[in-house]
Amino acid sequence: MPLPARKKRNYLPLVLLVLALFPMFGSGYYNELIAKIMIMTIFAMSLDLLVGFTGLVSFGHAAFFGVAAYSVVLLSPKYDPANLWLVLPAAILTGAAVAFVVGLFVLRTKGIYFIMVTLAFAQMIYFVFHDTPLGGGSDGAFLNVKPELRIGETVLLDLNEPMQFYYVVLAFLVVAYVFLRVLLRSPLGHALAGIRSNEHRMLSLGFPVFLYKLAGFVTAGGIAGLAGFFSACQYGFVTPEILSWHQSGNVLLMVILGGMGTLNGAAIGAFAFVVLQEVFSALTKHWQLLMGAVIVTVVMVLPGGLSSLPKRLKGLLIGGGNRNG
Amino acid sequence: MDFSTFLIQLLNSLQYGLLLFLVASGLTLIFGIMGIINLAHGSFYMMGAYMAFSLTSLSGNLLVAILVGIVLSVLIGFLLEWALFSRLYKRDHLDQVLLTYGLILIFEELRSLLVGDDVHGVPIPELLSASIQLSDTLNYPVYRLFMSAVCILLAIVMYWLIRYTRLGMMIRAGSSNREMVQALGINIDLIYRIVFGLGVTLAAFAGMLAAPVSSVYPGMGNQVLIICFVVVVIGGVGSVWGALVAALLIGLADTFGKVIAPDYAGLAVYVLMAAVLLWRPEGIFRRI
Repeated sequence: MPLPARKKRNYLPLVLLVLALFPMFGSGYYNELIAKIMIMTIFAMSLDLLVGFTGLVSFGHAAFFGVAAYSVVLLSPKYDPANLWLVLPAAILTGAAVAFVVGLFVLRTKGIYFIMVTLAFAQMIYFVFHDTPLGGGSDGAFLNVKPELRIGETVLLDLNEPMQFYYVVLAFLVVAYVFLRVLLRSPLGHALAGIRSNEHRMLSLGFPVFLYKLAGFVTAGGIAGLAGFFSACQYGFVTPEILSWHQSGNVLLMVILGGMGTLNGAAIGAFAFVVLQEVFSALTKHWQLLMGAVIVTVVMVLPGGLSSLPKRLKGLLIGGGNRNG
Repeated sequence: MDFSTFLIQLLNSLQYGLLLFLVASGLTLIFGIMGIINLAHGSFYMMGAYMAFSLTSLSGNLLVAILVGIVLSVLIGFLLEWALFSRLYKRDHLDQVLLTYGLILIFEELRSLLVGDDVHGVPIPELLSASIQLSDTLNYPVYRLFMSAVCILLAIVMYWLIRYTRLGMMIRAGSSNREMVQALGINIDLIYRIVFGLGVTLAAFAGMLAAPVSSVYPGMGNQVLIICFVVVVIGGVGSVWGALVAALLIGLADTFGKVIAPDYAGLAVYVLMAAVLLWRPEGIFRRI
């Protein structure tokens, strides 16, 4: 069964505690890095809903992430902070709405087609932002002032403050995680798992498979939109590159690297990817060469991703373990 | 648009479409026969173009460069199949996507390390540098006609190879039942290696052929790859005929799109794809 098996030990509270306490010890640079990892975790989890839990290998997931990021910039006033209550839902809705339209087309296809069609649609959206003046063309656009949350005259939250930004991201990471957990245990989640293991059987059982897949696709698009919102806020600018196919490839890489079909795997993958990127780019300008070598090595010697590593080691040391992870 | 402009655009779209077909046929061959999805296919195209540039600057002759380039591409194809792809036939598409994505990064950076990030031009060989007069004011370059002719010739040779030769028969048999073919005493591993080498070489050759017309620049492989995906999606995965028809259609859409609405020409191809998907989700021609 592709459903997440119940873990014997739950490290989640510990991880949360570390994340919550981290800014008290870490410097600004590392806080930013951890915030980036958390944003990428949200992004990777949203893709894992498709790849790991529904069996839909989407190679165009950056489109929803990027469109949402652009929506923040386009909806924000030039010199004043935007209202968080307005732009955050707007970004999520933009991601979901674009996913809805794209989903109508791409979900008509299967397997290998799906990979290519999602990539092609994402590229189409990339061209819209790259070639037209809509979002500043190939130069991108700046988010001069980050959104804030205010009631009357009091500012409750200000994303311009790195600390507040960090904790808002952490809070929404938890929200997204819990949401996906609940979703995966809901009838929809079980239906998606059913589609993953045998779509034809689900069809003949009378499930509206297309609608379920579309619901999954739109949800994933919305959560990717959440990640896109935070990404735009973190860097303060957007360029077409955030919806390029490299971005889609990277997030797919995170999911597979960490081990798909587990939300924790998405987090491990995001962590590994961002840290590797950081280490490699400190070493050389041609860091992608090293990244490529790591990817090729992982595929060749470690099918099942990093999260299968402990199990493999155990199997190797004790013997008789399930090496296939 | 007067008639001679129209004619020139038509010839251009034919030439572009045929070139796309050359790249896409390698992609669809590798998928249709070996079941491998190869995202690095565009990188082979880029590799070919850069080989044309480097080898031409070394030898001073594009035709020599192309001959040497073909030999190198075959070797690289064999090497990659032996070292990496041969271990992936039984794996999930996801692993193939990941591996070939890693290869794209490696190829792109190797290109940057070896040749740098500049845009280069490749001179058209003197023999083919003339142009043909179409009307009083318009000339058409011979090199582009040459490109089209070579692509048509290759398409015919490929068709003949797969349909009428013993090797083609083994390739077709291998695509439908690997185990059975192996049981008949045919070296299927070698057949697969040949097919992969052929696919790589087709892409690289297209890159070499295109180098004098499109110039040589970083990222050119990925651009072609995505258009090729559109070709394969429109034509139908694994269908060589489909690839031909779709490539010609895309050549038309792209070339005339650039004349009619230059700002939005990049989108024309995708609009075509979306329309075909609504009509036939599995492409115009389903499978071989």
